[in-house]
Amino acid sequence: MKQENNKAHKFGMVIDLDKCTGCGSCMVSCMSENNVPFKEDESNKKDSITWMRVYKLTNGKSFPDTEIVYLPRPCQHCGGKGDHGHSPCISVCPATATDYGYDTGIVSQIYTRCFGCRYCMGACPYHARYFNWWDPKWPEGMEKYLSPNVSPRMRGVVEKCSFCYHRYQAARDTAYYEGRDDIEEHEYQTACTTACPAGAIVFGDLNNPFHKVHQIVKPDPHPDTRNKHVIGKSRNPKVFRLLERLGTNPKIYYLSEREWVRKQGDNYLDGEWDEIKNHHGSSSHG
Amino acid sequence: MSETENKTENGSMESAGECTAGDTKDDKGLGLGVIFFIVAFVVCFLSGTLLFPKLLYSKKEQPFNFDHALHVSEAGDCESCHSLREDGSFLGIPKLATCLDCHAEDPMGETEDEAVFVEEYVSKEKEIPWYVYSRQPDCVFFSHAAHTEANGMDCVTCHGHIGESTSLKPYEENKITGYSRDIWGKNIFGIKKHSWDRMKMDDCAACHKKETGHKGYCFQCHK
Repeated sequence: MKQENNKAHKFGMVIDLDKCTGCGSCMVSCMSENNVPFKEDESNKKDSITWMRVYKLTNGKSFPDTEIVYLPRPCQHCGGKGDHGHSPCISVCPATATDYGYDTGIVSQIYTRCFGCRYCMGACPYHARYFNWWDPKWPEGMEKYLSPNVSPRMRGVVEKCSFCYHRYQAARDTAYYEGRDDIEEHEYQTACTTACPAGAIVFGDLNNPFHKVHQIVKPDPHPDTRNKHVIGKSRNPKVFRLLERLGTNPKIYYLSEREWVRKQGDNYLDGEWDEIKNHHGSSSHG
Repeated sequence: MSETENKTENGSMESAGECTAGDTKDDKGLGLGVIFFIVAFVVCFLSGTLLFPKLLYSKKEQPFNFDHALHVSEAGDCESCHSLREDGSFLGIPKLATCLDCHAEDPMGETEDEAVFVEEYVSKEKEIPWYVYSRQPDCVFFSHAAHTEANGMDCVTCHGHIGESTSLKPYEENKITGYSRDIWGKNIFGIKKHSWDRMKMDDCAACHKKETGHKGYCFQCHK
C-alpha cells in the first residue's frame, strides 16, 4: 500500500500545564466524542470511565505560596522499552486485544476481542485503562447522539483513549479521495486538542519536524545516555514525561516553566531530582 | 453393592463378551451397531447441514424488489448511486433523495415493485428500510476510498456480480449474532470459491497479507 512506503508516523501530544486551567473541557469532549458511558454516580471512581482525566497537583505549600496545577492524563500510548512497541499493556494481553500500530505509534484496543481479564489495567503505570463493570446506559433518546464512528463497549471489556483514531481514519479517507498520499497536520486532531479553550494541548506527528508538537518537544532521536531504554527524551528543558525512567516511552509530553511541576513526573528519592533536573535529551552525544 | 464394584463387574462382563466374539449371536449385534451408527451419522450430518442453517438464519424479504441490472444499464455504473462523499466517506445505500434525481412522482416503468416504491415511499417521503447484505459488525471500520480510490480495486472483488442481478435475494440474519449471512458466506462449512463469497476478518486479513505483505494493525480496520 502507498501509505506504508512513507516514513511511519508517531503521533503524540504535548500538554502545557502552565496553560491548563483545569476546566475539564477535554474530559467532556472526549466522553462525547468516544461514546464513553457515564454512570449514575460519576464520583464513584471505581466505576466511572474517563479516557481523559484531569489530576490536580499542588506544591504542598501553605498560603500564600500555594500553587495548583492541573494535569490532563489520556492514554500515554507507550512505545515500550527502546520504543519497539512492547508497551506494558500490549505485552501482557493474552487475547491480542491491544496492539501497537507501527505505522502510527498508537496503542489500539479492540473491544470485541477483549475478554476482560484486566491484566493490561494492572500493567499500565498510568491508570489509563478502564473496565466496564456494567453495560452502558444512556438516557432515552440520547443514544441517537452517539457517534457512529466509535463502537460502543459492552459490559466486561477494557477501554481506553485511542487518540481519536476514527478521526485519523476519516482524514485518510479524505486524502485518498483527493488523491493525496498523506494527511495534513490540521486534518487529524484529537477531540481534547480541539476542545481545549486554553490551547494547552498540541497534537501532531512527533516524527515530522514541521509539526508543532515536534518543534516544542524536540525529541532526541538517540537513546538516553542515562538509560538506553528511553527513546525520544525531550531536548526542551521544560518538557518532561510521566515516569520517564521506566522506559515506557510515552507519547504524551508535559510542559511547564515551574520546576516543582516537572518534579511531579516521578517519585524521586532524596537528592535524585537534583541529578536529573538538568539532564535533558541531546543528539550531540547520544 | 457400591458403585465402583458395580462398574468393575460390568467391565469384566464386557471383557468376557469380547472373548466370545466368535458367536454368531454377537456378530448380529455388531452389524446392527454399524447400521445404527451410519443411520445416526447421516441423520446428524443432514440436520447439521440442512436444518441447522435454517434454524440459525432468519429470512427477511426486502421492502420491494430492486433490479440492479436495469438500473446499471440506465444510470451507468455502481458509482452513480453508491458513491463516495466529498470527504471520502462512503455513501452506502443511497437515500430516497438520490432515487428522486431520476424518479418522479409518477412511476417510470410498469412493475409492481415500482408501484410500491412510489406509493409507500416517494409519496409518503419515507426512507426505504433496505436490509444491507454486506453490513459489517459495528466494530469494523472499512474504508471504501482506500480500496477503490487509492488502490484501484473494483466493486466485484468484494461484492460479487450483484450489479448484474435482476432481483434481490431474501436477507438472512444470523439469529445469534444479528449479522448478515453474507459475512459468514452461503456455504455453512465456510468453503470459499470466489473472493466475494465470504467477508469475515480472516478474508480481509488474507487479502491484506497477499497485497501489502502485512495483515495490518488492529486499528487499520477496527474502531
